[in-house]
Amino acid sequence: MAVIYIDNRPYTVKDGQNLLQACLGLGFDVPYFCWHPALGSVGACRQCAVKQFKDEHDTRGKIVMSCMTPAADGVRISIDDPEVREFRASVIEWMMINHPHDCPVCDEGGECHLQDMTVMTGHVHREYNFPKRTFRNQNLGPLVNHEMNRCIHCYRCVRFYRQYAGGRDFDALAAHDHVYFGRSEDGVLENEFSGNLVEVCPTGVFTDKTLKRHYSRKWDLQTAPSICVHCGLGCNTIAGSRYGQLRRIRNRYNGEVNGYFLCDRGRYGYEFVTGDSRIEQPLARPERSAALERVARGEALQRAASFLRDRGRVIGIGSPRASLEANYALRRLVGPDRFYLGVSTEDYRMTAAALKILQAGPARSPSLKEVRMADAALVLGEDVTNTAPVLALALRQLVHPKADAAAKTFDLPSWSDAAIRELVQDEKESLFLATPAHTKLEDAACQTYHAAPDNLARLGFAVAHRIDPASPAVPDLAEEVDRLAEEIAAALVSAKRPLIVSGTGCCSEAMLQAAANVAWALCRRGNPALLSLVLPEANSIGLGLMGGGDLQSAFQALREERADTVVVLENDLYRRESAAAVDAALQLAKHVILIDHTRHAMAEKADLILPAATFAEESGTLVNSEGRAQRYYQVLLPKASVQPSWRWLGLLNEPASGTADEELFKLDGILADIAGELPQFRPILEIAPPSGFRMMGQKVPRQSPRSSGRTAIDAKENVSEPKPPEDPDSPLAFSMEGDEGLPPPALIPRFWAPGWNSDQAVNKFQAEIGGALRSGDPGKRLIEPQVGAQPDFFQTVPTVFEPHDGRLLLVPLYHIFGSEPLSALSRGIAELTSGRYVALHPADAAAQKIAEGDTVQLELDGISLELPVKIAASLPPGVAGLPSGLPGMEHVALPSWCTVTTILQTPPLAPPQNGEGVGGGVGAQS
Amino acid sequence: MLTPEEIRELEADLAHYPQKQSGCVDALKIVQRRRGWISDDTLREVAVYLEMTPEELDGVATFYPVIFRRQVGRHIIRICDSVSCWIMGYEKVYSALNGTLGIRLGETTADGRFTLLPSACLGVCEHAPALMIDDDLIADWNPGNVDGILSRYP
Ligand code: SF4
Ligand code: SF4
Ligand code: FES
Ligand code: FES
Repeated sequence: MAVIYIDNRPYTVKDGQNLLQACLGLGFDVPYFCWHPALGSVGACRQCAVKQFKDEHDTRGKIVMSCMTPAADGVRISIDDPEVREFRASVIEWMMINHPHDCPVCDEGGECHLQDMTVMTGHVHREYNFPKRTFRNQNLGPLVNHEMNRCIHCYRCVRFYRQYAGGRDFDALAAHDHVYFGRSEDGVLENEFSGNLVEVCPTGVFTDKTLKRHYSRKWDLQTAPSICVHCGLGCNTIAGSRYGQLRRIRNRYNGEVNGYFLCDRGRYGYEFVTGDSRIEQPLARPERSAALERVARGEALQRAASFLRDRGRVIGIGSPRASLEANYALRRLVGPDRFYLGVSTEDYRMTAAALKILQAGPARSPSLKEVRMADAALVLGEDVTNTAPVLALALRQLVHPKADAAAKTFDLPSWSDAAIRELVQDEKESLFLATPAHTKLEDAACQTYHAAPDNLARLGFAVAHRIDPASPAVPDLAEEVDRLAEEIAAALVSAKRPLIVSGTGCCSEAMLQAAANVAWALCRRGNPALLSLVLPEANSIGLGLMGGGDLQSAFQALREERADTVVVLENDLYRRESAAAVDAALQLAKHVILIDHTRHAMAEKADLILPAATFAEESGTLVNSEGRAQRYYQVLLPKASVQPSWRWLGLLNEPASGTADEELFKLDGILADIAGELPQFRPILEIAPPSGFRMMGQKVPRQSPRSSGRTAIDAKENVSEPKPPEDPDSPLAFSMEGDEGLPPPALIPRFWAPGWNSDQAVNKFQAEIGGALRSGDPGKRLIEPQVGAQPDFFQTVPTVFEPHDGRLLLVPLYHIFGSEPLSALSRGIAELTSGRYVALHPADAAAQKIAEGDTVQLELDGISLELPVKIAASLPPGVAGLPSGLPGMEHVALPSWCTVTTILQTPPLAPPQNGEGVGGGVGAQS
Repeated sequence: MLTPEEIRELEADLAHYPQKQSGCVDALKIVQRRRGWISDDTLREVAVYLEMTPEELDGVATFYPVIFRRQVGRHIIRICDSVSCWIMGYEKVYSALNGTLGIRLGETTADGRFTLLPSACLGVCEHAPALMIDDDLIADWNPGNVDGILSRYP
């Protein structure tokens, strides 16, 4: 702790901060631009000036940049000194020389850090009377809008894009007052975190292009805390709506999870909520062969009740993309024995294995914050950029051992970004990547290894054996792999916070076991190893914890005539098992009820479809890959008969009250039931306050006090102002009325504070700048390791992968844009989604005279696919890659052996365009 | 495509650097000497050779006033417009050249012979006003002799 003096009053602050952080943390308003808590300080903008005094007798002082000055014990500064105030105002004045006065037409207006800082410095009168420099803007693709004239040259964008996120197709160009931040020519920003520019840029240079189509000011948006549903990480988001429509997703700071950043899938995947495929009405068929027709809600419920009359013959198929509440409600409706998790046998096995490893072993499943603080990492088998994007971003921030050491040797604070980069130069962090093919994280890695899944697992086992000889040895290990294992083992052993990352991406249980062996071997030595296992969907872990059979067992129940009615919850079974298997099973069902929000292939098989709410229209709970249960809240009222799946299921459970109002079924009630019946979920009651929670007797308002048009918005229907809708499920109100104080962290509907209209208002919500939110980061962990446990090492080491004569091992490749079905329905994401293809190693292709762009026939397991070929030199010979889950791609259980025959040769194509690479845009480098 | 001679010269020069990228200014100068300027295509070719992205190389290319990202004339005239030359008659120099060539700063004559550019202090303030044509420094310049001087640059 250090004592600093601000305008002659003493304050105690934490060691190791800079003055800007310290002042903001104490609640002082010091303006700034270039400093960012996640990016550190570079002292580029000169906005954060304060006056520093030698001692209490010094009356002259000198102006220093607070972001570049340590808040060391005894430091005396003034924020209020007239000279330094004038200095800060003059900094704004010179920035304003070229900044257009276009706030009214600027998308940033109303949440602009530049507006806030201008007001804060008190600069109100501009004397510059001459032409302003102007730029030509670039088309940066469907996600990010570019308006360069508004740039104030703080350099945050390049520092984020290049240094933090590893993008290389964006830079600072030219010099003097015409420095230009952009690409060398128009084109899609290639980095999958580009959307963060919208929040990182303190002005309106980068804004959300998807919001432009249905624009609304921040103060007019009705917002609520939400959770991203597009992968297993559960990044915290703020969903914003207006006129009953979801308008945008912004980052919601959670120090333990996503921190300040989201990926582009999460930020821009939201448009499925308003998309053409939404199911907005109950639909039913008068008979099996008839077409679906709209039916009234009451009738839909009656039909459902008649289908469900014989409860003993009903099975429920849940979904890892639906909330805990919905899955539980289904489980209660059909009974635990007839509840199935709705995932393929392989996914089921993988999730169970991952859970077992995390629950029985001593290695802790880390939060993303712990990932960012690790100092050595091994990624085994997982293309994290495409399966858990923000985890990849976190892995880029591993602490460099040199930076750690420098903090001590040179007294170099961790926020001193430029100095640390100077010190570290081009040296890589201790990041080791072992994946089937090239991944986009490789530029950040010190070593990479591409091999067939079995060989990747063997590397993992070999590393574990190096760390602890009690773990099984790997026979027939190639010498170079052994050397690599030795190097990795040494790096992990010498690290203070070693991390192992693996996941279900390769569908290989051996991979998970190898990862566990490495982590456990470290734990046995007393190194507190972290083990992060990537699971594919928003609630994979939640469902795994709930328990139930896999999809094949559900099909078996139908085959064995133990059931004849199926309730399918938010699940497209055609993405889980082969079309033939699903068709055959559903054929056996007398009645199929589908509860979902978005149309997919299952609609063709359903006799009754009940329109479910999306994440934006309901409140619920999801459990992320870390094992953290998190609550998300409804942000808008759904169309007439749409309601949360859990509420539909509650109504179905009470046939007598089939038409009763849903007051009967409230979130609090179902949460209590879950916690009561399934003790593993007990902490979910503590994630957030119950619906009865009030602040000063009032709810937390979803609308800002400035929200406009309230009395006029519905005037075309009725001139008298309607009563704001009730929300029986949460302490949030659909209104501007309520308590404006600091809500509990799980309920923060937006970051705003007086004088701070931009996202940077988050400073006012944090206990420590860049640290946890006041009263703690939200979410409750449901999985904890067995500290000190020494479970037996996994013993089954796979044998060396042998390419089969004439056959290739087909492994899945992942695409951030396209492999996840809901986000792929959003316009911007759809535009960036790759076409279908199969990726072949050049030697395998050459052996059959196949060239890039040829169409081939792929035969596997009775399935035959016609696909264009991409050549990927990074694939191991004998291994082929198939993009997972792209729109229009049938389900294929992978890995699997296949044969490839040419059916059409085409002249060579132009080099692949952006977003068309192998496995999420790797083509360019593979 | 970089020509074999260009590649040979690049190789020889870049051998002096620990990483190719460190020699990117040299590389741009080498290629510009042969091609007169750095077009978008040239930029991309050099970037590929240096294993840089076009953005990274363009950041360097557009930072230095001696690298031309637009086509320029056969000869470059740089008029010093810093303080000493300003006081000592920069404006006369400029109007003389502008009058003779019919071009303003940043422009190139229609016959592609001259490009007129401003320059920061040329370091010969004691001989102001000064200008440079290609690599020749012309100090204490008396604009009376415009044609004489320009005739040396066909
Ligand atoms: S574009 Fe935005 S973030 Fe980048 S330098 Fe300009 S103002 Fe700063
Ligand atoms: S990393 Fe996953 S959870 Fe986070 S924003 Fe991206 S898709 Fe959403
Ligand atoms: S914030 Fe300190 S100089 Fe920019
Ligand atoms: S000002 Fe022109 S040479 Fe110095």
